Amino acid sequence: MPLNYIFPEFEVVRNADQCVACRACERQCANEVHHYSEEYGRMIADNSKCVDCQRCVTICPTHALKIVKSDNTFRENGNWSAQTIKEIYRQADSGGALLSSMGNPQNYPVYWDKILINASQVTNPSIDPLREPMETRVFLGKKPSTITRDENGELVTKRPPRLELSVPIMFSAMSYGSISYNAHASLARAAKELGIYYNTGEGGLHEDFYCYGPNTIVQVASGRFGVHKDYLNAGAGIEIKIGQGAKPGIGGHLPGKKVNEDVSHTRMIPMGSDAISPAPHHDIYSIEDLRQLIYSLKEATAYQKPVIVKIAAVHNVAAIASGIARSGADIIAIDGYRGGTGAAPTRIRDNVGIPIELALAAVDARLREEGIRNEVSIVVGGSIRSSADVVKAIALGADACYIASSALMALGCHLCRSCQEGKCNWGIATQRPDLVKRLNPNVGSKRLVNLITAWRHEIMEMMGGMGINSIEVLKGNRMMLRGIGLNEKELEILGIKHAGE
Amino acid sequence: MRREGENGYRIPAGCAISGIFDRTGEKINGWEIVKSIAVMHDRSNGLGGGFAGYGIYPQYKDYYAFHIFYDSLDAKHECEMFLERHFDIADLSKIPVRKNKNITDEPMIWRYFVIPLQSKLVESQLEEENFTRRCVLHINDKIKGANVFSSGKNMGCFKAIGFPEDVGDFFRLEEYEGYCWTAHGRYPTNTPGWWGGAHPFDILGMSVVHNGEISSYDANRNYMESAGYKCTLLTDTEVIAYMFDYLIRQKQLTLQEAANVVAAPFWQTIAAMPEKEREKNIYLRDVFSSLLITGPFSILLGYEGGLMALNDRLKLRSLVVGEKGNRTYIASEECAIRAICPDVDKIWAPKGGQPVILSLDQQA
Repeated sequence: MPLNYIFPEFEVVRNADQCVACRACERQCANEVHHYSEEYGRMIADNSKCVDCQRCVTICPTHALKIVKSDNTFRENGNWSAQTIKEIYRQADSGGALLSSMGNPQNYPVYWDKILINASQVTNPSIDPLREPMETRVFLGKKPSTITRDENGELVTKRPPRLELSVPIMFSAMSYGSISYNAHASLARAAKELGIYYNTGEGGLHEDFYCYGPNTIVQVASGRFGVHKDYLNAGAGIEIKIGQGAKPGIGGHLPGKKVNEDVSHTRMIPMGSDAISPAPHHDIYSIEDLRQLIYSLKEATAYQKPVIVKIAAVHNVAAIASGIARSGADIIAIDGYRGGTGAAPTRIRDNVGIPIELALAAVDARLREEGIRNEVSIVVGGSIRSSADVVKAIALGADACYIASSALMALGCHLCRSCQEGKCNWGIATQRPDLVKRLNPNVGSKRLVNLITAWRHEIMEMMGGMGINSIEVLKGNRMMLRGIGLNEKELEILGIKHAGE
Repeated sequence: MRREGENGYRIPAGCAISGIFDRTGEKINGWEIVKSIAVMHDRSNGLGGGFAGYGIYPQYKDYYAFHIFYDSLDAKHECEMFLERHFDIADLSKIPVRKNKNITDEPMIWRYFVIPLQSKLVESQLEEENFTRRCVLHINDKIKGANVFSSGKNMGCFKAIGFPEDVGDFFRLEEYEGYCWTAHGRYPTNTPGWWGGAHPFDILGMSVVHNGEISSYDANRNYMESAGYKCTLLTDTEVIAYMFDYLIRQKQLTLQEAANVVAAPFWQTIAAMPEKEREKNIYLRDVFSSLLITGPFSILLGYEGGLMALNDRLKLRSLVVGEKGNRTYIASEECAIRAICPDVDKIWAPKGGQPVILSLDQQA
């Protein structure tokens, strides 16, 4: 029936003068957009299958291809966008909830882009990172509240378990299953080389990657996939995932088509079965239950590992974080509503949660007011897009940032937001061996190292400009920030002044 | 005129500092320090000067000497009511001043020698020092128009808007004698209308004079406010004084350890230390990471029985030390030392982050 038909969102534009019909695009496109027509003696495209992942554009040896947004339009309507109309057609057709991936793409304010950074002029000198030490090392974990000395009066220097980072950036949780073996290998190797951490996500830890344990955070989510004692002890820290920014209030989704033998083994679930984590942890119905899980994990690992509790940024995030800080967690990770995912219900991704900038400012302020800021470190993600976002996040009060979408982009992700299909042409969000092998971990890890190294340089430049030579005191240094185009309430929540003040 | 610190009003400032210390406890006349700081006239701009003298109130050495500025009689009345409710007041008087044509708009300046009332101490479940600290912070935060700018035992701060030499004359410093003096000339970029913003800044006898503008300010302030200190002036000096009070009195760190927190050695330096020293420095940097001070500073920290001089770890501000017999002189410029001690035995510049710690010989 004609109502089934939705005009394709993208158009494949092929320059006939340049195309040599080498058929590389055909071989590279897992969505089967391109094929060679014997009848016409040229390449033709099925636009309806195109997700605009840019793979064919990138590999075309003669640069004959481009993908453009289709200019086919519904009658314009300020209330009913084309996207909304199409979604109604799709749902009327299928009866299903809409599924998407990556972060919330809607046009909400990005507060990072409304915050400006300070620099020194005259009254104090800027510091030149090319000529002076510029320190970016941070520790995550509780700070001891009392100082103890031995019988000789020397400081007892034992500290609670912690993570040491050469630069306050970590790779955020992405499970093996949602992303490929080679993507994990790239992240793990890069984390090791950089002196930071990557996060297993909720899919367990492939046995090949136990060797990266000192740079690994192992996650425990509501589905408990792949969780066992060796797993818990393999990492440098353990993260309890309560929620994630892309889908607050629900658990992880891994479509069965991505559960191959290796994934099934690592996750400890049958091959081909959908891995849908329960919305809550069924042993955590309240804050006192969280405390028990935290201490169970600490018991299982002999109090050697810091425990991170990861939550999505939701309305009451400050009070929730305060509760977590009092429950024995060493680190709180907060994920903003722009945070990515391999699969999430579209409505939840696009409508639930709050911006990380506001959540971070509120949590940091609340913990300070209550005098418990030193009980926990704060890590924020969702989404940190550049070194400037990192600097702003730290100045708003974060101890470190989680990045995932930007890390995937370093690996080749072009944000086509079709991870749930399992046909990632870049070898990232797929388990198909022919696609996975496109991502070379040697190249991938190198690109990740490059990205973080570049960001670190930029962070040092910005710090030097502010006259700050250690990132420890950029943390919570909100006087280094000014808002631009923000109203009084927004400034109040962010705890910053407006530019010009 | 806005009061400094009100509604986030923060004034950056450059400065001159000077200090004298006699380790045998021999008394030094207050005019000596005035002569020293006066030489560095051009390092201040007439918008703030001040002094701290230690050992100047031997007759009341067991009492906290509160020096208080009042903007109004109402403030004085409210503050005195508060003091009477919490302290035994052994003596109170105006601080004697001499008219000086360059010092104008003076507030009421009073001095009280007090000890906490025993009954209030018991009720508060605090020791004397914590109780007194809380009272001082309370007055400064809550009683509008009253500012306790000096609250130590057997010591006192004297400060005003003006060049330091005029301030010394105004407060008749030649009438005081102490074993240790520090001085400050301020070069603020804006015009402070209020005397409380001048240096030294003191909390319970731990006084700071400071030259510099620190870039870590807000991180430091946030930490201190979380620890219960209320920063009302938004000056570097205020937060630095609180930091030392917190680290040394509350956390019981040694001066050297406190110096290693605020002017921490670089990680690369720490990595090259012997194991024990390394562990200790990693510990201090990690535990008190928010109390590192970055940006330029040179400070003199006065306290009962001692004086510490400290530079930022890059040495972005000048600081010179001279020695002659029992006396040590410390100043932003050598000329300020030579002005009062032309034939010093030894003169040197401490390295960035390396504290110079002076204390009285035993018994003094």
